[in-house]
Amino acid sequence: MPVKVKIPTPLRKLTANKGEVEVDGKTIGEMIENLEKSYPGLKERLCDEAGAIRRFVNVYINEEDIRFMQGKDTSLKDGDEVSIIPAIAGGNIN
Amino acid sequence: MLTIPKKFVDDMIDHAKSESPLECCGILAGKEETVTHIYKMKNTENDPDKYFMEPKEQFVAIKDMRAKGIDMLAIYHSHPHSPARPSGVDIKLAFYPDAIYIIVSLMDAAKPVIKGFLIKEGKVEETAIKIN
Repeated sequence: MPVKVKIPTPLRKLTANKGEVEVDGKTIGEMIENLEKSYPGLKERLCDEAGAIRRFVNVYINEEDIRFMQGKDTSLKDGDEVSIIPAIAGGNIN
Repeated sequence: MLTIPKKFVDDMIDHAKSESPLECCGILAGKEETVTHIYKMKNTENDPDKYFMEPKEQFVAIKDMRAKGIDMLAIYHSHPHSPARPSGVDIKLAFYPDAIYIIVSLMDAAKPVIKGFLIKEGKVEETAIKIN
């Protein structure tokens, strides 16, 4: 069940400069595990130590933000397009 | 050098003033090094010291830029009560090394200050901006 994953510029050094890759996965969580197998180091950039998707990483399936779906458990179907987009954020305090 | 037409500079200052005391945020896009579009975005943080661009709006803007064949040239936000230089958190959360980070400081409300920075792997370098 391959899906297309759009990789943002700052992460392309981990994907041999590819802006789009194809991986399998029935859920976003599985897709991330498979991304890590093909492109080691990617998972750490996407997920925190507890395995949750980092607050400053936005993940969309087609047009939808997975925060408003089932997060990492959101199902994927053949041909879905997943976009990984780093947040734009900042501030004086954490 | 990034060139920003004055109307977009005025738009950024107006945006900063209208959101003050909260921070504002947005995107400047265009071709080569000339800004042709401004995307005034929603800051979801209800805190005068933080900004977080509304993710859905960000996604829509990125798709719009792609459709128009323009690039994200700069990311702007305001510092309503502090100088126009990136804070530690601004540097830590600068995920776009190719974009110029513009800060609009309203510390002196009568004389807003606008400065641009390149932020790459924790290193900050001020970069000149041309306003015309």
